[in-house]
Amino acid sequence: MRDLLIRGADLLGRGPSDLLIRDGRFLDPGDANGAVDQFDADGLVALPGLVDLHTHLREPGREDAETVESGTMAAARGGFTAVLAMANTDPVTDTAEAAVHVASLGARTGHAEVVPVGAVSKGLAGAELAELGLMARSSAGVRVFSDDGHCVADARLMRRALEYVRAFDGVIAQHAQDPQLAGPGACCHEGDISGKLGLPGWPAAAEAGVVARDVQIAELTRSRLHICHVSCAETVDVIRWAKQRGINVTAEVAPHHLMLTTSEVAGYDPTYKVNPPLRPDEHVEAVREALADGTIDAVATDHAPHARHDKEHAFAEAAFGMLGLETALAVVLETMINSARMSWSELAKRMSIMPAHIARLADQGCALVAGEPANLVLIDPGARAVVDGAASASLSRNNPWHGRELPDPVVATIWAGRITYQKQL
Amino acid sequence: MRHLLSAADLDRDQITEILDLAEEMSLVQGRPVKKLPALRGRTVVNLFFEDSTRTRSSFEIAGKWLSADVINISAKGSSVSKGESLRDTVLTVAAMGVDALVIRHHASGAPWQASRWIDAHVLNAGDGTHEHPTQALLDAFTIRRHFRRSVDDQLNFEGKTVAIVGDITHSRVARSNVLLLNTLGAQVILVAPPTLLPSGVESWPVLVCNDFDQVLPRADIVMMLRVQRERMSGGYFPTPREYTIGYGLTRPRLGAMKPGAAICHPGPMNRGLEISADAADAANSLILDQVAAGVSVRMSVLYELLGGGE
Repeated sequence: MRDLLIRGADLLGRGPSDLLIRDGRFLDPGDANGAVDQFDADGLVALPGLVDLHTHLREPGREDAETVESGTMAAARGGFTAVLAMANTDPVTDTAEAAVHVASLGARTGHAEVVPVGAVSKGLAGAELAELGLMARSSAGVRVFSDDGHCVADARLMRRALEYVRAFDGVIAQHAQDPQLAGPGACCHEGDISGKLGLPGWPAAAEAGVVARDVQIAELTRSRLHICHVSCAETVDVIRWAKQRGINVTAEVAPHHLMLTTSEVAGYDPTYKVNPPLRPDEHVEAVREALADGTIDAVATDHAPHARHDKEHAFAEAAFGMLGLETALAVVLETMINSARMSWSELAKRMSIMPAHIARLADQGCALVAGEPANLVLIDPGARAVVDGAASASLSRNNPWHGRELPDPVVATIWAGRITYQKQL
Repeated sequence: MRHLLSAADLDRDQITEILDLAEEMSLVQGRPVKKLPALRGRTVVNLFFEDSTRTRSSFEIAGKWLSADVINISAKGSSVSKGESLRDTVLTVAAMGVDALVIRHHASGAPWQASRWIDAHVLNAGDGTHEHPTQALLDAFTIRRHFRRSVDDQLNFEGKTVAIVGDITHSRVARSNVLLLNTLGAQVILVAPPTLLPSGVESWPVLVCNDFDQVLPRADIVMMLRVQRERMSGGYFPTPREYTIGYGLTRPRLGAMKPGAAICHPGPMNRGLEISADAADAANSLILDQVAAGVSVRMSVLYELLGGGE
């Protein structure tokens, strides 16, 4: 393969520079020899390839909604070079064999690095620990464990899981939802709108309460805790307090919680049904602020593809979740960069460096310097477009951004030195 | 009127028009031959995802007396468990060429969703814990008659106070009544323990009170809501006994009502729980009038949707 020379890219907003790529790694641009492929990146910003801590790829089990192939293609289009594939597939990723299978599906597609998340409990049932150590020791090298979709509600199980994964530097990623305060039917932020619409309420306290408990357990066990999809101001306050206290907790926010509010639900369109639910303005403001000041460490998409017929039920009976991989960067750009709340280097931290660090991915989130793996995304900060859900690489169409004008930033994605996506101009 | 999904769809003039037309329809009910030719050749489907003998038969009779062809389809049970999506069910029925779909669904919002998928008129016959606009219309019809008959010979709701008592959180009747009565100018007071008041009720155009006895002497209409069995085990209140003592329309409370005030209940009643037998059968009970009003009001609404102008 010929060397690739990227000319004039603005590296993390710090000024233009050339990048030379050979055999999947960056080299000193002065070392170019012989014929090289050139990529004119004048006016483009280069960031390390994005890493998504929270992707539902649906394979194995629901290949009609998404496959590893289609999901990672969507990831590449969104600027991602690695995705963590959630465990709630069928079968559940709760054994070393299942984890190795998911990793091998990823290795076969070649659009992005696919890293399996292991279940915390067998079958996500919340009763007994899954084989955490075997998943960690397998060739898949699982470090992130989550029952996502379900809360690890049992305090004792949560304690044991946190303690146990310390042996191999694992992290428990909690889907915080008190099942007594927000049961399986809860589908709308509890407040004015749920009361008017007659939808079962999902109060902020059901999230923040579990997080308050879990940071205490993390302190007790000196373990690594990660909070999935933080959606409300109360949770932000708890995490801020825990971090000040030195507790080893990290947190993520989903793009939709950075922009969409409960009022989207007023028309009962299940496209906007997501778990945790869309929250009112003041919560959106709180998670933006927390992402800017680092209380929330990472943006994670919670990309949740669903077949159309699973969304075309009455609101309360439709599936939870929305697409996110292809639009995540656009939403963060719009809400955080275009409003001058964050710099490019901070964005790189939240969408690449920190997620890679949390998941312990050695080859992701690296600096754009000679010797490091060549993972990067090239961004046109000024481009805008109306999102066309039908043009998605995902097999599903539950796209809440369809029809909205957003930034259209991704020009090219390069993973391990190969171009995995390039925008057609 | 394209659809009737919410009581909020109607302004005061439209409500008055529907109630006035319902008065005319009720005259027909007194005749030996009850059928009017108004909707001949039109097809109305009652698509019921939830059992309701009372509401379904009321719509069925209303359609038939207007000479529409009325078909009842029971689609009970969750569409998720049957494997057919709501959209497919609704499109399938609509594809048969119906003019109006009367939809009852156990999930809030289902008629809204249906109205976006099809061209036929959609009439909400009760959706989950959200709304039941024709119930609110028939309540207003009944209350208006009561005011005219016994209070001040007026059709006016201004200055009148309606207390709605019971499980507001899970009541579609309460939501629609709040909206409709507010449009008509009545003062609504919601009476319930805090566990049965919906979140955000502070922003509703109503007064809220936890003490029934404080409200009772002020109310021109006392509307009692049914306590669903699942609420009794759901921890919303300690015991049925305590509920009755706090929020039941008991015999002693009958005596504390404002002179000339009347009692409503959307049915079916739990006698002895939210309403005593004395109250249900009292001279100032409008409960059977409400049932009788159901057919007239639904005839009027069907006519408004399907009748003139097409």
